[in-house]
Amino acid sequence: MPETTSLGSGGSAYWTVGDDIADTAAPDGPIETRWDRRKFSAKLVNPANRRKHTVIVVGTGLAGGAAGATLAEQGYNVIQFCFQDSPRRAHSIAAQGGINAAKNYRNDGDSVYRLFYDTVKGGDFRARESNVYRLAQISTQIIDQCVAQGVPFAREYSGLLDTRSFGGVQVQRTFYARGQTGQQLLIGAYQALSRQIDAGAVEMHPRTEMLDLIVIDGRARGIVARDLVTGKITPYLADAVVLATGGYGNVFFLSTNAKGSNTTATWRAHRRGALFANPCYTQIHPTCIPRSGEYQGKLTLMSESLRNDGRIWVPKQKGDTRSPDQIPEAERDYYLERIYPAFGNLVPRDIASRAAKYQCDDGRGVGPGGLGVYLDFADAIKRMGEDKVREKYGNLFEMYERITGEDPYKVPMRIYPAVHYTMGGLWVDYDLQSSIPGLFVVGEANFSDHGANRLGASALMQGLADGYFVLPPMLGNYIASTKLGSVSLDDPAVTSVIGEVTGRLGRLLEINGDRTPDSFHRELGELIWDECGMGRTEAGLRKALARIPELREEFWRRVKVPGDSGELNQSLEKANRIADFLEFGELLCIDALHRAESCGGHFREESQTPDGEALRDDEHFAYAAAWEYTGGAPVLHREPLQFDYVHLAQRNYS
Amino acid sequence: MNLTLRIWRQRGPEDRGAMVTYELADVSPDMSFLEMLDVLNERLILEGEDPVAFDHDCREGICGMCGMVINGQAHGPRDRTTTCQLHMREFADGDVIDVEPWRAAAFPVMRDLVVDRSGFDRIIGSGGYISVVTGSAPEAHSTPVPKPIADAAFDNATCIGCGACVAACPNGSAMLFTSAKVTHLNLLPQGAPERESRVRDMVAQMDEEGFGGCTNTGECTVACPKGIPLTSIGNLNREYLRALTKR
Repeated sequence: MPETTSLGSGGSAYWTVGDDIADTAAPDGPIETRWDRRKFSAKLVNPANRRKHTVIVVGTGLAGGAAGATLAEQGYNVIQFCFQDSPRRAHSIAAQGGINAAKNYRNDGDSVYRLFYDTVKGGDFRARESNVYRLAQISTQIIDQCVAQGVPFAREYSGLLDTRSFGGVQVQRTFYARGQTGQQLLIGAYQALSRQIDAGAVEMHPRTEMLDLIVIDGRARGIVARDLVTGKITPYLADAVVLATGGYGNVFFLSTNAKGSNTTATWRAHRRGALFANPCYTQIHPTCIPRSGEYQGKLTLMSESLRNDGRIWVPKQKGDTRSPDQIPEAERDYYLERIYPAFGNLVPRDIASRAAKYQCDDGRGVGPGGLGVYLDFADAIKRMGEDKVREKYGNLFEMYERITGEDPYKVPMRIYPAVHYTMGGLWVDYDLQSSIPGLFVVGEANFSDHGANRLGASALMQGLADGYFVLPPMLGNYIASTKLGSVSLDDPAVTSVIGEVTGRLGRLLEINGDRTPDSFHRELGELIWDECGMGRTEAGLRKALARIPELREEFWRRVKVPGDSGELNQSLEKANRIADFLEFGELLCIDALHRAESCGGHFREESQTPDGEALRDDEHFAYAAAWEYTGGAPVLHREPLQFDYVHLAQRNYS
Repeated sequence: MNLTLRIWRQRGPEDRGAMVTYELADVSPDMSFLEMLDVLNERLILEGEDPVAFDHDCREGICGMCGMVINGQAHGPRDRTTTCQLHMREFADGDVIDVEPWRAAAFPVMRDLVVDRSGFDRIIGSGGYISVVTGSAPEAHSTPVPKPIADAAFDNATCIGCGACVAACPNGSAMLFTSAKVTHLNLLPQGAPERESRVRDMVAQMDEEGFGGCTNTGECTVACPKGIPLTSIGNLNREYLRALTKR
């Protein structure tokens, strides 16, 4: 029987605790051979039989594009969806830095084991060892695959591939294509997918959005989707469903995610029974361009490589409004260099982000609203000359100038942290299967590999590993080992989901209130950013948990959505996604409230070392928190994590 | 700033459409062009009007989804800048700004500023890839690629598929788009086995989609936010001739 948890005095029950769960798909024994043994034990589908099976893939980013192309090559019928006008637009395209792989081309001591070790430690010991080891193993195959596809990685004059170091690791294992690695990898996957679309192996539905999941006899058997041009609601049936729909960073409204990125597919699957794991693990990137006004629609990231040569500072005096060149050296506080002398401006993302927040909270921030700190290249220009700086960072300086209208060669850049990536996601086992049989989740949409914090250049690696190499054999195993009955479009489960989807859209259009959808999204985002952003406290989270249901109620009473559902209606698309963010935001805060420790991207003010660093509580929280939807208080299922290879240790960067 | 916007409004593909004038006050020079339209749309919703439909997603200048003709120029007045990266400081108080969708026979208008660019996807599907089945790739270092070749391939691979080249071309030609992909893949040793079929099939698809021919006007490369050079079209023509003579 689940026990009810009350928090402290006067706390209402925000959740209940259910049984522990385990990942039963991962083999035990030596970690080096677990993936080989899992593949060997997996059942195979005869090539001639594959064409009898249909798989739905939702999303066309690195994970979805790679999965759709590969499944189609193997002979499955693939039906694929994206909400953008083309599969080439998915937000993987905006990744700048690079992709990690344990090739050890530099002979600098890298290995699969070291990449595994760095990722487990970087994830602050909240990821599964089995998954991470497999990711490190597959990393080398990804580079081979992408080079063969024609991805133009940076090369040396020898004609061989160049690599650089990235994200606080001591080996040069990051492959890159100038500052556009995500674009080049995504176009590679998109081209492979386009070839299969042209061959008729993938039935591609662009401008079509998944609005719900169809579960029949306990198995995922299809989706209900809306054609965003005609508004037509159509059910699609299949033998399995793959979600590759990205993260939930836009619950904050302002993030570096694309405007369309949303959590509707994963949240709808959660409501149908898929467990949602670790939503409180969100990554906040320190080097983004600050917001310039109330109208701000999104934030833009600049590669953190800027911190290699830029120096971060704020005025020592509170509320100092002098222009930066009027502030003498002695009145500047290079606070990262002061607090973290060993790492200086290169401390990890979460530490740099929090430090900036503290300076601004303390009244020393610069720029509009005092929400920014300086990133100054004056010393770098003096040391290596403007030409050298231009050669290294020219494209980033140009981007900054285009957005802010300021010339960073003359005036220090202003930066502020922004939400960038979400480590949590739908719970999956080692096979990437969610708690609903037949529902697989790949890429950022799942929670699998990054623990509480993702290392730089690891998102691209995970998306492609899942899509090209992990999902296809595991999906085959599911199809080969499951007796799937036939399902028809008249099935009551199908008609009832269509009814729910249509009813919800109808309700949104009928309210005809006095507030725009975006005004609710903005308000939700500001609340979550304030109370569940860089620093979280019990009191703040309780405040958010009291406010979110009110805001949700207000939304369903006051939102105004013009037009109708039988046409291209971008306000309706938005309102429908915001309705889900308004539910998801509550789970995010509940997870953050329940995890009374700090780890990785989750910083609880109550749990820090005397130096102000994140303090984990391994005795009570060395588990993945998988939440079950009930309609009321969610049920927590813990998946205890075991560390047999990398020993638990506190991170230390001072 | 106070602006007068004249925006193309068209309810659906069959609708005739018209320019509609909107006055917009208190525009900040720090707004992006799309944020300015967001502000207009918020107002239109509250006034009970349909907001202006436009495509956009990453708003970082890389996804290629946004694009409108601003005062007659694809993506507006600033060089090498997508619409989402264009900021209102490029305009002055009191300006009248015309906003239209991409105009090309092969890009039919779906609603307001939203057009159908799926022809680009079909051009890529006809040959803009290297056929390598997942898992079959040789070791990445087994084929070195000279740096100048790799860099030139990269320059062409930066195309974001936004369609500004087509919108800017008086012939509605997709030659710059197609040439960028042909040049990217045909330069690389990995792309060599399909070199001839790739260019033949992609050019055939381009024609089938209804894109016009190239008359060396060069508007495409001026409008291109990624600076794909006109020489890529020369290269496409060379590759095409080479493929024809090899047949």
